[in-house]
Amino acid sequence: MQDALAWLAQIAALIRKEFRDLFKDPSSRALLLVPAILQSLLFGYGATYDLTHVPYAVLDQSRGAASTRLLASLDGGGVFTRVATLDNARQIAAVIDSGDALLALAIPADFEARLATGRDAPLQVILDGRNSATAAAAAAQIAAVVGAVNVARGHAPLVTIDRRAWFNPNLESRWNLMPPLIAALSMIQTLLLSALSVAREREQGTFDQLLVTPLTPLQILIGKALPTMTVGILQSTLIFLIILFWFGIPMVGSVWLLYLGLASFTLASVGIGLSISAVALTMQQAMLYTFLIVMPLMLLSGLLTPIRNMPQVLQWLTYANPLRFGVDLVRRVYLEGAGLAEVGADFVPLLCVAALTLPLAAWLFRHRLS
Amino acid sequence: MTGATVVAEGLQRSFEAPGGGSLRAIDTLSLTVRPGELTALVGPDGAGKTTLLRMIAGLLTPGGGRLEVLGTDVTRDPQRVQDRISYMPQRFGLYEDLSVQENLDLYADLHRVPQDERGPRFTRLLKMTDMARFTARPAGKLSGGMKQKLGLACTLVRAPELLLLDEPSVGVDPLSRRDLWAIVQQLVEDDGLSVIVSTAYMDEAARCAQVHVMNHGRILASGTPKALCARVQGLTFAAVPPAGVHPRVLQARMLAAPEVIVDATPHGGAVHYVRQPQADAARLAEALDGAASAPRGEGLEDAFMLLLRQHDNGTHHALPEPDERTPASAVAPDNPNVSPIISVRNLVRRFGDFTAVASTSFEVLPGEIFGLLGPNGAGKTTTFRMLCGLLPATEGQLEVAGRDLRTARARARARIGYVAQKFSLYGNLSVRENLEFFGGAYGLRGRALRTQVRAALERFDLDPTARSGELPAGYKQRLAMATGLLHAPQILFLDEPTSGIDPLARRAFWRTITGLAGAGVTIIVTTHFMEEAEYCDRIAIQDAGEMLVIGTPQQVRDKAGADRGTDMNAAFIGIVEQARATREAAV
Repeated sequence: MQDALAWLAQIAALIRKEFRDLFKDPSSRALLLVPAILQSLLFGYGATYDLTHVPYAVLDQSRGAASTRLLASLDGGGVFTRVATLDNARQIAAVIDSGDALLALAIPADFEARLATGRDAPLQVILDGRNSATAAAAAAQIAAVVGAVNVARGHAPLVTIDRRAWFNPNLESRWNLMPPLIAALSMIQTLLLSALSVAREREQGTFDQLLVTPLTPLQILIGKALPTMTVGILQSTLIFLIILFWFGIPMVGSVWLLYLGLASFTLASVGIGLSISAVALTMQQAMLYTFLIVMPLMLLSGLLTPIRNMPQVLQWLTYANPLRFGVDLVRRVYLEGAGLAEVGADFVPLLCVAALTLPLAAWLFRHRLS
Repeated sequence: MTGATVVAEGLQRSFEAPGGGSLRAIDTLSLTVRPGELTALVGPDGAGKTTLLRMIAGLLTPGGGRLEVLGTDVTRDPQRVQDRISYMPQRFGLYEDLSVQENLDLYADLHRVPQDERGPRFTRLLKMTDMARFTARPAGKLSGGMKQKLGLACTLVRAPELLLLDEPSVGVDPLSRRDLWAIVQQLVEDDGLSVIVSTAYMDEAARCAQVHVMNHGRILASGTPKALCARVQGLTFAAVPPAGVHPRVLQARMLAAPEVIVDATPHGGAVHYVRQPQADAARLAEALDGAASAPRGEGLEDAFMLLLRQHDNGTHHALPEPDERTPASAVAPDNPNVSPIISVRNLVRRFGDFTAVASTSFEVLPGEIFGLLGPNGAGKTTTFRMLCGLLPATEGQLEVAGRDLRTARARARARIGYVAQKFSLYGNLSVRENLEFFGGAYGLRGRALRTQVRAALERFDLDPTARSGELPAGYKQRLAMATGLLHAPQILFLDEPTSGIDPLARRAFWRTITGLAGAGVTIIVTTHFMEEAEYCDRIAIQDAGEMLVIGTPQQVRDKAGADRGTDMNAAFIGIVEQARATREAAV
């Protein structure tokens, strides 16, 4: 009992030291909070797939009542903004090439006549395919507007779709993108903090001083991991609050489950970070390694692109990526209100990564010596 | 136009002190430096030497007064001065991944040295520094001494009119130090270069034409070494301790009587001391405690110590007397009844195909002060790190307090204390926070921790709230010692503990060590200051990984040959050169 207390007291001393080291400097203190706030605001406002503004050009050779009605419903819809009214087909290339317009709508001269005689009246839409996702979305929008025109003309389509999006009724990409940031944004900081923690001590010579004390590698590991985890989870909380209250995205699931997930995820991140730190001999190396792995971790996480669209080999690789499961867990708990039964499987890879990387880091403390 | 290289009048410069308020680094200082001469700035840490050099180099603007360098007002036109001088800071910025040649090229490019001048200049610099063989080697792979020589060569890629050197020989072994000074002296004699050098080594200052002794931002005295030495004429003596008493014990007793003794150092089996000019004869006899005493010639260090003690009234660096719990007597190394506390047999360490330590064996007895000496790159630090369990040995056995610390359970490590070569405590944290952390890591807590921390703060006269990274060098060293001793270890490892600290702080440091040894703590110490070998019971000299000699300071001096006299520095150089000659003859 006395031994166990002494053992814990040694760790407590290390943890106290780590926190003091982290929070002593006002500039590094700010560094722990400001990036998390800024990045979540940036993502919230900047990163969106929602089509709210489509500049387009029109070549109206029909100039009839029907074409005017069609253009009025486009211009009045709030999404399309007419940036050019063209006189001939040769001008189309110029507006698309320059990027002034995302699409050009060409209404043929016989549009009015064909409609009047009850024949098909094709419209031509030229899209800027350099940005395929936006172009496809814009085309779908135009199709919807044209469909509405058809309905108004009394040509109801035979089959109709009645859309109900669950978990995100207006299909706002912000809803899809932001909750996973609770894991993703704080991971960058957790990785960097833990990667620098041992590397900094090695570079400044304090790690030797630490190794000659009676602290065991396990104690050093716990003493290094807990403060970084705390910082990571505090950052997650900050981002969580911004998403919940500033952006008003409703949280459906259990807060406890969310935090249990975040704790496992942060543990895995700290394991990776400390392993990097134990391998690196200088802070510069640690920083480089971290940036090297952050990009693939982000790409293979399903944060921006769905994992099932990736080639099979990459899909397998994502199992080693804690962020994949962190993103999945947070997104599902937050948006769908998934319970432990539904997201329980996400914990397995997270804890596996932690169980591999943390002992590796502890072993490296003593065995990676210059 | 005075013709002087540097003229300073009423110069001032203050810095913001860490805890608010201001710190006067240079305080109404006036001095004149003559051209074509070697000029030394000496003084304790924080005397303002570096600040003065940086102002002369136009890197800091004076807070007041006048400063003229090479006839130009440096405050008004620093660039004009910088075009004509070269400045080598304490930590010269070598690019460690670039080769020796690439470093030279880079600095030649930075200083826009014309291509046609480079060839002859480089050839001369490489010849002077004896580095022509190593041009392809990355700077990071050079030994400390060679790095410093390369730094000097890079500083000299163009021919300056004035060369400023800030403590160029800190952390450099006696052989490299001798080479470095040969280069500087050659430049002064052949090229008529003016050189201003700051140094903590009085033997270096003694080679200069003019010496300025600084303290608290002022000049205490200026003059030729001879003129300065005249101040202690008739005050210098050598005392021979009675048989069985180590000179350091007598020395510690003498230093405890500052009202009669200005300074005392162990030297060649005796204690060299300087007495106070108005020393009370009875009190002096008491301090000597029956040791026979005879007059000796005076040195610059004697004069320096007298000047500082007079200026500071002896209070400045006085360390509280360490409590001597047991009578101070070193264990005789040949005593068969005592088993060694450290034993090393056939220790080998290789890095790839490079052998850093070759088949080394030695033993250290409890309560001994054991010195590991050797040039830069000799394998001292490698041996040291293996002993502390920080580096695995390639071959051989080593035992510290009966165990190999590398594989021993954590508790075994609680018996040793470790003070690293460079300051390696948390610079961000305060003195108290550092002590509390390491105390906690050593398993102290609650009242025991508080008591120990308080005792350490008192004993080493440390300000608990000061930020550790901002302490002056001497105080950093004290904090490192305080940390290493917090848990009352049986064995204390000290890796070049006195590197870069001034003579006053070194005296204080060795008094602490003498006290610890008296209390039965075993001390393993590496050092570049050969005179510090005199404090050791036994010393070992390593070079190129080989153990050259091991024994008492007297035995080592004897081995070097009687012609080397009582000077440890000369004995060291003699032994290393002898071994190198034998090795080269064998190849």
